[in-house]
Amino acid sequence: MSTSQQPIGGTLGTEVVPVAPGVNLLRAAIILLAFAMAAAVPIAFASSYQLFQLTLAGTYAIAILGLNIVTGFNGQISLGHGAFYAVGAYTTAILMTHFDMPYWETLPIAAVVCGVLGFGVGFPALRLGGLYLALTTFSLAVAVPQILKYRGVEDWTGGVQGTFLVKPDAPEFTGLNNDQYLYLFVLTLAALLFLMMANLLHSRIGRAMRSIRDHPTAAEAMGMDIARIKTRTFALSAGITGLAGALSAIAVEYVAPDSFNVELSINLFVGMVVGGVGSIVGPIFGGLFIVFLPNVAESVSRAAPGVIYGVILIFFLYLLPQGFAGFPRRIAALFRKRRQD
Amino acid sequence: MQGLAHQLIAGIATGGIYASVALALVMIYQSTHHLNFAQGEMATFSTYIALTLIQAGLPYWVAFAATLVISFGIGVFTERILLRPMHNASVLANVGVFIGLLLVFRNAMGWMFEYTIKSFPSPFESDTPLLGGLVSGHELGSTAVTLVVLGLVFVFFRYTKLGLAMRAAAFNASSSKLVGIRVGWMLALGWGLAATIGAIAGMMIAPVVFLEPNMMLGILLYAFAGALLGGIDNPGGAVIGGFAVGVIENLGGAYLVGTELKLTLALVIIICVLLVKPSGLFGRVVQSRV
Amino acid sequence: MSALLELRGVHAAYGQTRVLHGVDLTVEQGGVTALLGANGAGKTTTLRAVCGMVRTEGEVHLAGERIEGKATEDIARRGVAHVPDGRGTFMELTVEENFRLGAYIRRDREVESDFELMFGYFPRLRQRWKQQAGTLSGGEQQMLAIARALLLRPRLLLLDEPSFGLAPLIVQDIFTILRRVREAQGVGILIVEQNANLALDVADRAYLLETGRIVVSGPAHEIREDEQIRRSYLGY
Repeated sequence: MSTSQQPIGGTLGTEVVPVAPGVNLLRAAIILLAFAMAAAVPIAFASSYQLFQLTLAGTYAIAILGLNIVTGFNGQISLGHGAFYAVGAYTTAILMTHFDMPYWETLPIAAVVCGVLGFGVGFPALRLGGLYLALTTFSLAVAVPQILKYRGVEDWTGGVQGTFLVKPDAPEFTGLNNDQYLYLFVLTLAALLFLMMANLLHSRIGRAMRSIRDHPTAAEAMGMDIARIKTRTFALSAGITGLAGALSAIAVEYVAPDSFNVELSINLFVGMVVGGVGSIVGPIFGGLFIVFLPNVAESVSRAAPGVIYGVILIFFLYLLPQGFAGFPRRIAALFRKRRQD
Repeated sequence: MQGLAHQLIAGIATGGIYASVALALVMIYQSTHHLNFAQGEMATFSTYIALTLIQAGLPYWVAFAATLVISFGIGVFTERILLRPMHNASVLANVGVFIGLLLVFRNAMGWMFEYTIKSFPSPFESDTPLLGGLVSGHELGSTAVTLVVLGLVFVFFRYTKLGLAMRAAAFNASSSKLVGIRVGWMLALGWGLAATIGAIAGMMIAPVVFLEPNMMLGILLYAFAGALLGGIDNPGGAVIGGFAVGVIENLGGAYLVGTELKLTLALVIIICVLLVKPSGLFGRVVQSRV
Repeated sequence: MSALLELRGVHAAYGQTRVLHGVDLTVEQGGVTALLGANGAGKTTTLRAVCGMVRTEGEVHLAGERIEGKATEDIARRGVAHVPDGRGTFMELTVEENFRLGAYIRRDREVESDFELMFGYFPRLRQRWKQQAGTLSGGEQQMLAIARALLLRPRLLLLDEPSFGLAPLIVQDIFTILRRVREAQGVGILIVEQNANLALDVADRAYLLETGRIVVSGPAHEIREDEQIRRSYLGY
């Protein structure tokens, strides 16, 4: 009958278990093999449109990785990460078209711009905790398309029409076409970012983030500057999602305000829940989910993906709170029970 | 001067809409400490129901009343079926359910009523502008309707036994059970009322902005701003905040930023309130709830 | 006299933590039963078990009807009024509104005259009528809590440490009134107290609870006069 509320994300988090060195080697081998497969199979078999979709799924996976850092591991709810995705995309678009910067140089700049923006938005809301961040980020996501359309910045953003950019050419020594090259580029970057984040989350900083999620009062009592850690985590998260947005601009070769409406933010949120809140590999499932589900669903009706998204989201929250990433553990638990019987 | 007066009156007219939606948000926030991110979509959905009834040939006010009853039912049903099992779940799970609701309502509308913009009739249509062109018939009528609704809500909560029980359940659920109040049903009733108030707001704003699935999104943003400005745990404050934000929006739109950045103005109001006075003008002081 | 409330082998747990291990206890019709014991013995949990505010096993009979597993509000509607620890008043509401909530389930016409009855017991509440309960002094809040509970016209009144945090004089007042209530209204009372002397004075039966088990039970006056029990359990 207790009505006390669990901490945000409390039931959804994963425990990080220390592993023996032998297991570490095995794990590294599995990761390498998975990466090689993810690189080779699509290059060999996928059409250029399929490659484009996979590239996009990669950028979404990175964006959800960013969102998962703040929501999954730090317990702060953001409903507006689409805004950072948008700002990252526009930063790259503007730098490439107005300053003739090569695409790869724009990426760190987009990440930093979004990090700073994240800091600015996170600062007022994160001091207060609770739902204030969700409310502020939701509002940001609703307002962003309008800002991008604003006539005062039209010269830079291209206004309602948006801006076209040029897909980078594959370096000649690779022998790949442009789509294949971009896919590999995004895949490699994604792999690096996922590894970096996995390391970060196992470090002291990662432990601090999780302790704020699970035991905020205790963390504060131990002398942690909670607001500061939360704000920095949010900035990092916004930066990673911004980087993903930048990559998406390059992949799509076009940015326009209406591709960054509130639904994008909601899709990222759904992708996070479906992939697995507080899971490191979860965002990969999430990215694939938000690219490929609409293809299936749209054959039913234009509105169907949204309805199905909503239903799937609620379904996962009720029945599979650990998302796709929780499947293996669920199945393992099932087997363990069987054996006991 | 004429322009300023007109902007003020227009601000009060839209402010009434924001105040209603803010009140709906705060009613649910007070008892559950959750923000219903789907409140706007639910209101738009109700407005579509009203349009369907009107097009089926019902007189406006009959359709209006029927819509209120249906919306109330939808609100109660939603709470009982979807939110009730989530009472002890994490905040994230609750926010997720609200987002799921938002998606379902929004896209169900697109599915059932198509995405095209539709015009919605006003019962206060008058070709002759009133008060020397200061105010349109619809502005006057919709403001009157909102004020009557807000007044009725006040009387209900203040002077009826059921209203008192609902307030008690919001403030202190466990004590309420001890005096025999069915707290679960009070929550469902609160949802029903919130959905009803949202439906009225939707039907009053639809003739002005036209009806489409996105209609309430911006209004929800202004309602958030109003609720925060007035104090997110104070219904009266939220209503005043809603009116204030309506006036700020119209004056700001006319003299400062233009209509292109109206949503950004709401975002700026929200951030300013959080920076300067997070408890709002009339709210209880926010303790850092980590 | 037949039993108004009877607990048989009641177990209770918060999550994994088991707090009660088979409590048997009786409150007679119109009688006062005191439940004594140290902090953490499970006194408050016993009251919560009666009200369905904690997961329980075992039997709880109210005037012959099994009420275990029923919802708190349904138990209240059967005439059980509970003044919990922390008093359970509605701080944000006025004294008047607290009164009205106390009588929430009643449909009879005597509610207003019962208000007068409460003013007879607690005259200070009349002066505070339009004031927010949160602004009342501790003693006034305890009076309000008891008045609120009595306005339910309960068959059974559960009191959780009515003396807690109050000045001795006010405690005296409150217990005097409890005696009057018992005589005037014929309501059965189950009272939990740290202050054993006070509780044994007003009670006719008493139980001593230790880590979730009843270790001593009997007529209140016998327990009060038993040197050994006093020394080993009540500490005075």
